[in-house]
Amino acid sequence: MQPFSTHTGKVIPLDRVNVDTDQMVPKQFLKALTREGFGRILFYDWRYLPGEKPNPQFVLNFPRYQGASVLLTRANFGCGSSREHAPWGVKDYGFRVILAPSYADIFYNNCFKNGILPAELSEEQIEELFQRTEKEEGYSLTVDLPSQTVTDNHGLKYNFDIVPSRKEVLLKGLDDIGTSLQHEKEISAYEKANAATATMFDPVDIKNYANGR
Amino acid sequence: MSTPKTLYQKIWDSHVVHEEPGLPAGAGQPALIYIDRHLIHEGTSPQAFSGLRAEGRKVRRPDLTFAVMDHSVPTKDRTLPIIDTDARLQFEALEKNCRESGVRLFDMHSKHQGIVHIIGPELGITQPGQTIVCGDSHTSTHGAFGTLAFGIGTSEVEHVLATQCLVQSASKTLHIEVKGKRPAGVTAKDIILAIIGKIGISGGTGHVAEYGGEAIRSLSMDGRMTVCNMTIEGGARAGMVAPDETTFAYLEGRPFVPRGKAFQEAVDRWKQLHTDNGAKFDMTVELDAKDIAPQVTWGTNPGMVTGVTARVPDPGSFRDLNDQKATERALIYMGLKAGTPIVDIPIDRVFIGSCTNSRIDDLRAAAQFVVGKHVARSIKQALVVPGSRGIKAQAEKEGLDKIFIAAGFEWRDAGCSMCIGMNADVLPPHERSASTSNRNFEGRQGKDSRTHLVSPLMAAAAAIAGHFVDVRDFDVAPVE
Repeated sequence: MQPFSTHTGKVIPLDRVNVDTDQMVPKQFLKALTREGFGRILFYDWRYLPGEKPNPQFVLNFPRYQGASVLLTRANFGCGSSREHAPWGVKDYGFRVILAPSYADIFYNNCFKNGILPAELSEEQIEELFQRTEKEEGYSLTVDLPSQTVTDNHGLKYNFDIVPSRKEVLLKGLDDIGTSLQHEKEISAYEKANAATATMFDPVDIKNYANGR
Repeated sequence: MSTPKTLYQKIWDSHVVHEEPGLPAGAGQPALIYIDRHLIHEGTSPQAFSGLRAEGRKVRRPDLTFAVMDHSVPTKDRTLPIIDTDARLQFEALEKNCRESGVRLFDMHSKHQGIVHIIGPELGITQPGQTIVCGDSHTSTHGAFGTLAFGIGTSEVEHVLATQCLVQSASKTLHIEVKGKRPAGVTAKDIILAIIGKIGISGGTGHVAEYGGEAIRSLSMDGRMTVCNMTIEGGARAGMVAPDETTFAYLEGRPFVPRGKAFQEAVDRWKQLHTDNGAKFDMTVELDAKDIAPQVTWGTNPGMVTGVTARVPDPGSFRDLNDQKATERALIYMGLKAGTPIVDIPIDRVFIGSCTNSRIDDLRAAAQFVVGKHVARSIKQALVVPGSRGIKAQAEKEGLDKIFIAAGFEWRDAGCSMCIGMNADVLPPHERSASTSNRNFEGRQGKDSRTHLVSPLMAAAAAIAGHFVDVRDFDVAPVE
């Protein structure tokens, strides 16, 4: 996974609460076999008119926000479906950082598997950033993970919290599976000690089983 | 005496494989936890298998992994070729991945096929005290058995395939107590919608919920699964109900459940799975069942919900500016005017199905309402999609299919169907459904479609009337 340390980029404001992952990648795109190409799909139904013409009303199509790589949004971002296609779309579009007051649990988790930093700021700080983004064309922010800060060119500086282990995963671009496999002995020991639950009971006569209740 | 523990803490503690020394999980530091059962489906697993292959890794425990085709399967004639090429390629990929790795697959022709969260419990794969994951947020359903079950992303699916473990941080705990008896016409679906209406769709974020109280205890397993299923819609990744005699009776005799002496031993173990007296929850929510009316959603998330006797709310009635804007947007999308009585909203299509409400109790509830009646002329389509082929067979044995067909419903084969519209069962643009599914997000059932979430009983009644009605005005038998 691509490591994340510091990122400076143009900010785009998505002024909606409770953006769910169905909006990021609608169901008709869940039949893919690969992780690629979801940047074009991101926010599909909001972003495109029939015939995949860009909808000029939607913020991703505003000329002033082209090339943005910091997504500024509202509370409970990424709620709903567990589809990792959503963060694949966010990443493939070119976003490295999301700034919001809160995130839904599964989406938040998925971001860390894809080298995206979902930073949490307070409602007031997010509101201030919305205003600054609105006011200044080309407004950009620097998000520094080692120091856990968000700064702009006008002296604004916000700190954000992040669990140390998650920070390390992003900073080093760690392969989770590789790390877990280092505990292979402990996994095997667990399986031996918990045979009652970690062993599959052979199904009884499943061929003739019809759900009778 | 040891410190009293919640049910969640007991299951968590018994599944920790590795913790970084000196870093207690409570501090947000993750632990490696063991996964007892891993369920996969065609939609979120192909990339996980390709990831394994690219790294030269193997499925560690194919015997603990179960696969099923559900999201994109047709609910009409399955002997015909699949014309949706993308869906077909996904089915083929799942078949190949399962064959190569030795994972048991219930393909679309298996008589045990069904929605992943329906067949897990139905076949007895789901058992109390387990950890269960699946690349699907409604994995919370399995918590009805006193399991810790939650949805994961595809990278985590790959992680579980490779290691049978997951890196997780412990969640906070939320106790939801629903006191008293459910009034007639008020179902498990109404309870969970009322809970989400109360706590909001992010009210449970960061928490695992445990449900208790008379109104929960008195539910059948089917009803408890409905409640746990929609826990994720309130933000909590997992919801659970401590197992009891209802749970044990449901499980006994199912194919993957131990028999005889082994079953008794399992029950003895399962009886330990409850929250100890004096254990502390991080948050507590209380509702009284007598205050709950049949629920109907009016907006574009499950928290935008109200009782059937209420009206579509005015955006100005919300204090928070973001809520006002969201309500305005939702009403435009839904084509609704503030102040409209819920019972005046006309319906185009009715969908009875999904992992929330497609079990036998749901079908019985809907069938007993529609028997001898007919769907309104204004209804363009009324679909009944059983959650599994097992449920379909059982319903047919009871003659429910005939009741539905005589009343003007279509009787289909098992799958996710119009809950997500990945197959041909799509709600057309600007049409309005009464749906027993779990999400009313924009475009969920089809682009520009308008979803109202309700119980099976309310959906059946809306189909007959052509608009929402209060089922309490009818003589209905108590149902789940």
